[in-house]
Amino acid sequence: MIKTESFYDTPSPAGLTGIRAWLLTHDHKRLGLMYMWAILFWFVIAMLCGLLLRTELMSQGKTIMGPELYNSLFTLHGVIMVFLFVIPAIPAIFGNFFLPIQLGTDDVFFPRLNLFSWYLFMFGGLLALISLFSGEGFPDTGWTFYVPFSVEVNTNVSLTVMAAFTLGMSSMLTGLNFITTFHRMRDKQMGLMQIPLFTWSLYATAWVQILATPVISITLVLVVVERLFSVGLFDPDKGGDPILYQHLFWMYSHPAVYIMILPGMGVISEIIPVFSRKSIFGYKAIVWSSMGIAVAGSLVWAHHMYTSGMSDVSVFFFSLLTFLVAIPSAVKVFSWVATMYKGSIEMTPPLLLSLIFIYLFSIGGLTGLVLGAVGPDIHVHDTHFVVSHFHFVMFGGTGFAFFAALHFWWPKMFGIMYDFKKAYIGSILTAIGFLFHYIPMFILGMQGMPRRYYDYLPKYETGNFLAGFGAYLLCIGILIMFANLFMSFRQREPASSNPWGGTTLEWTVPSPPPLHNFVDKPQVMEFPYDFSEIAAQVKRGER
Amino acid sequence: MIFLKLQHRSRGVNDEGSCMNNRIDKTGIKIGMWLFLYSEIILFGGLFVLYAVYFYKYPEFFSEGGKELNRVIGAANTIVLLVSSFTVAASITAIQRKAKKQAIAFLVFSILCGIIFLVNKYFEWGAKIHHDIYPNSETLVSGEPGLNIFFGLYYVITGLHGLHVIVGMTLLSISLILVMAGKVTESSYSMLENSGLYWHLVDLIWIFVFPLFYLVL
Repeated sequence: MIKTESFYDTPSPAGLTGIRAWLLTHDHKRLGLMYMWAILFWFVIAMLCGLLLRTELMSQGKTIMGPELYNSLFTLHGVIMVFLFVIPAIPAIFGNFFLPIQLGTDDVFFPRLNLFSWYLFMFGGLLALISLFSGEGFPDTGWTFYVPFSVEVNTNVSLTVMAAFTLGMSSMLTGLNFITTFHRMRDKQMGLMQIPLFTWSLYATAWVQILATPVISITLVLVVVERLFSVGLFDPDKGGDPILYQHLFWMYSHPAVYIMILPGMGVISEIIPVFSRKSIFGYKAIVWSSMGIAVAGSLVWAHHMYTSGMSDVSVFFFSLLTFLVAIPSAVKVFSWVATMYKGSIEMTPPLLLSLIFIYLFSIGGLTGLVLGAVGPDIHVHDTHFVVSHFHFVMFGGTGFAFFAALHFWWPKMFGIMYDFKKAYIGSILTAIGFLFHYIPMFILGMQGMPRRYYDYLPKYETGNFLAGFGAYLLCIGILIMFANLFMSFRQREPASSNPWGGTTLEWTVPSPPPLHNFVDKPQVMEFPYDFSEIAAQVKRGER
Repeated sequence: MIFLKLQHRSRGVNDEGSCMNNRIDKTGIKIGMWLFLYSEIILFGGLFVLYAVYFYKYPEFFSEGGKELNRVIGAANTIVLLVSSFTVAASITAIQRKAKKQAIAFLVFSILCGIIFLVNKYFEWGAKIHHDIYPNSETLVSGEPGLNIFFGLYYVITGLHGLHVIVGMTLLSISLILVMAGKVTESSYSMLENSGLYWHLVDLIWIFVFPLFYLVL
């Protein structure tokens, strides 16, 4: 193969040098990397916030901070994790980098809009930072900004809300870009059922982003309007209804949960077949379940509000729909497991992380059913059980899928390979810390410990101490994982163009890819997960 | 902000001379624009949900409030917007037929219509504010809650719509400048077409706002 110049050496637009080659770039790969550094920064900040929170809770009474700071800190943790990490992480980093390559094209449809989305993202983050250090300080409302508190409190709610608005705009425009790219830029030989599953999941995600994000935009705008003009749309004294705010908020924010998890599922659907050397089980079922989750997930928002005051009929309706969402999710889990059955499994760090994902995500999903059923939900509503459940899905699910994606595509993005042993140690430590951290919270929640409380009764002390201990293990594990990845920049052990034996198009191009992604015309396979060629290579001893 | 976005979008295909897709894909640009318009409709959708819920809760006060709005100004504004929508569409046809002067005239007329709309709105709001009817005013706060909600929604929805009128006029003005500079031609008129689509959206939303506040009550 002819040696090609990677995209690191060829700026786009041509002629830009130094930092400008990054800040003004239209190249989707550079933008993906720029997102990566920004998002990792925010992730570490929010993780440290969480660590401080759990340290505070490790013993009764005041440990390291006062109640006001505690309230601001959990809001900060929530806002950053939701809007600056979990929602953008996989689509903005790996979606930007790999969606065009998997579709056999050279960029997204609107490259400049893509750059603009990145600036919106950075601007939103900047607004959040400013709101920390100006005015009356960071809000202590929780990331949900529930009225009436968010309208009446003196802290910097308006600025933080505008930050969330801007970030929503950025993710919506990315979604718009992906949908257009999916339809207009796809390689002509690639039919709908020949598209890699990661790209399919991003497509489903993009639709949810476009469907749901404007609702949160208008809701957040209304919070600002209320703060500025006191119209009273959510104020009972003036005829408004605060419950309506919750409806509008969750109309976006529940679908947002699927914006968070769908790309993660897509990552797992890529990794499992590669390391099983076996075609994915139920390709079409996975495609349809992604779209099914996108549709059904948009109709279940009020299950966050069983105790807010709703008619029994609507509670029944939303509970039923919530149970329906479990079906497409389970279809995916069964497909992954069935893919591995009788496969020729090769253990690698990305596969290990994917297996941890399946385990943790299943627990998260099943406890979700406990919450989706009305009776038990009334019992554990607003307790640590809920905290544990959604961390199992958001962190055990999306978080681990993110780590898996990092380890899976790292050699492709940077052209270098990391050390496996340290990656295993980091992943296992993270998983053990995770269980130590969140399992006690399930029990605490069942025993009745509320979420968001600064202090608690003596009987909850053991559980909270264990959770805090787990938090430290967890953070150490994550830091080992990241440190190992960053170490690879120093060792620079080169990675081949297809180190894992993948079959999708990104593995047919050099690592790191050249500016226009493909050296030759992309060869689209009949079926994207046909491993017969890879298996033959293994047999011949070439792999 | 929205302006920037559109500009990026409507010019945006592979301007750095990529190796594989050198031609401009007009359909793709239109798909992007339609998706964006769709998100705008959902944005207003949230407000219409509020309207529906509160209308159900306070039907009698909604009808009382609706009767206080000036139907003549409302109807005039509807006609103004409808006509301007037609002239924007006409300017696109004119560009396609290489009639640059006609296109400019139609665009100038459309922007004028936008100004007339805003002036009308100014007088309408001014009269209401003069009667002490505005968010958090003494009359509304001490009066019936249902009336407060009605006028609150009236200000929020027409206010947000007004902002969209301003954005639409800005887009039309940019297109006008591009037409005059010869950048928008019969072979490449995506910017003008997308601005026109945005203007139709502004019109469309008003078509729903007008009956909801002025007619059905």
